[in-house]
Amino acid sequence: MQTRGVDVFYGDAQAIKAVDLDIYARTVTAFIGPSGCGKSTFLRALNRMNDTIEICRVKGEILLDGYNVYGKGVDPVEVRRRVGMVFQKSNPFPKSIFENVAFGLRIAGMKDKNEVAQRVEESLKGAALWDELKDRLEESALGLSGGQQQRLCIARTLAVRPDVILMDEPTSALDPIATARIEELLRELKQEYTIVIVTHSMQQAARVSDYTAFFYMGELIEYGDTETLFTRPSQKKTEEYITGRFG
Amino acid sequence: MALLTHTSHEFEAELRQLKGRLLAMGGRCEQMIIWAVSALEEQNVQLAEDVMRADRQMNEDEMAVDEMAVRMLALRQPVGRDLRFAITAVKVVTDLERIGDEAVNLAERASELAATGSLPAPAKRLSEMAMLAKTMLRHALDSFVEEDVAKARLVLEEDDAVDAIYGEILRGSIAYMRADPTAIDDGMRVSNCAKYLERIGDHSTNIAEMVIFLVDGVDVRHGGG
Repeated sequence: MQTRGVDVFYGDAQAIKAVDLDIYARTVTAFIGPSGCGKSTFLRALNRMNDTIEICRVKGEILLDGYNVYGKGVDPVEVRRRVGMVFQKSNPFPKSIFENVAFGLRIAGMKDKNEVAQRVEESLKGAALWDELKDRLEESALGLSGGQQQRLCIARTLAVRPDVILMDEPTSALDPIATARIEELLRELKQEYTIVIVTHSMQQAARVSDYTAFFYMGELIEYGDTETLFTRPSQKKTEEYITGRFG
Repeated sequence: MALLTHTSHEFEAELRQLKGRLLAMGGRCEQMIIWAVSALEEQNVQLAEDVMRADRQMNEDEMAVDEMAVRMLALRQPVGRDLRFAITAVKVVTDLERIGDEAVNLAERASELAATGSLPAPAKRLSEMAMLAKTMLRHALDSFVEEDVAKARLVLEEDDAVDAIYGEILRGSIAYMRADPTAIDDGMRVSNCAKYLERIGDHSTNIAEMVIFLVDGVDVRHGGG
């Protein structure tokens, strides 16, 4: 994905200012920055999740395989299928584990039972849940642990075979072990998917991402490979933020 | 590039404490070199003993600095400049401790030479060499305090002069020993003293290289950067 001169406004307030960013395929890109810096707003702009906020306006181009996701005639639902999203708080539906994963497929009109079952299995495997849950597919998803629920949400996203997965602080409500499982999962998923993660944990950004973008007051201050950004950032503002000197 | 102070006052205090401890060690190193060279020039055994006593403190400091740095890495998980500082601290403390060891070696040879009476001829440039090595250490420590890359680079250049005198003293010692094989013990002591001072120059160079890494994030060792 690429963004070109992206501005995001909430009413008159500008939350994102002229952001140009190339998100590389099959890598993990982390967005970091203090609260209110615009990183989640920018993330949500990538799959038009902000469309649901009435006062929110997006200017500039967000390109997915070269076409502008905000272009005329582009179906936002198709954009969100190709650019899936996992939220901070896991949000399984009050349905069975199987139906949670199959949900997107049914919405998309997939009727063939075998095909659905195959896709559910593939997605649960992709989210490293199959071995744990294969004998409990009919149980309620609400009975799963927090970490399992979050991985189930990842499986649900995988079911519709997206190209890009956006994650908004996906582990902030999880304990360290569940967090480590998700982080390990990210390493596996990036073999096939492009992942963008917003995180408040700089250690997490350092651990899981290949590229890191630092946002401050709606601007992209620095973007580069994660190792360089955490060892010798080029911008003073980045250095001050990552070393805990403000924010 | 002056950064803001840390949001965590405790972390900021730990960083300052670590730097302070290193600088105190650096100051002690300088004093040890001065004592060791004076012990040599004045044939003063008492000063040589002072050097050895100071070295025990250096060893304790080295362990304390390492412990502080390990604790910082484990508990603060520093990144960016703070990470480079913690790494620099661990490297610099090793060089300082070794400079202390070289000063002790120098003091030991001074004691031995004191027992023989007068200093042999090739030793006459040792004071000058010691002054140059001590200046290198001074500049390396200043560059660390001021986080001044230009000053650190100057130290790298100063090492050439120390190496040149080392070569001269070494050649002088060899000639001295060749001329009088009964003076081999003293000749060896003098050439060893020159070697210790040359090593002090090298350790000061290492410190300066780490200052460049600390400030610019560039590794200039072994011709890099």
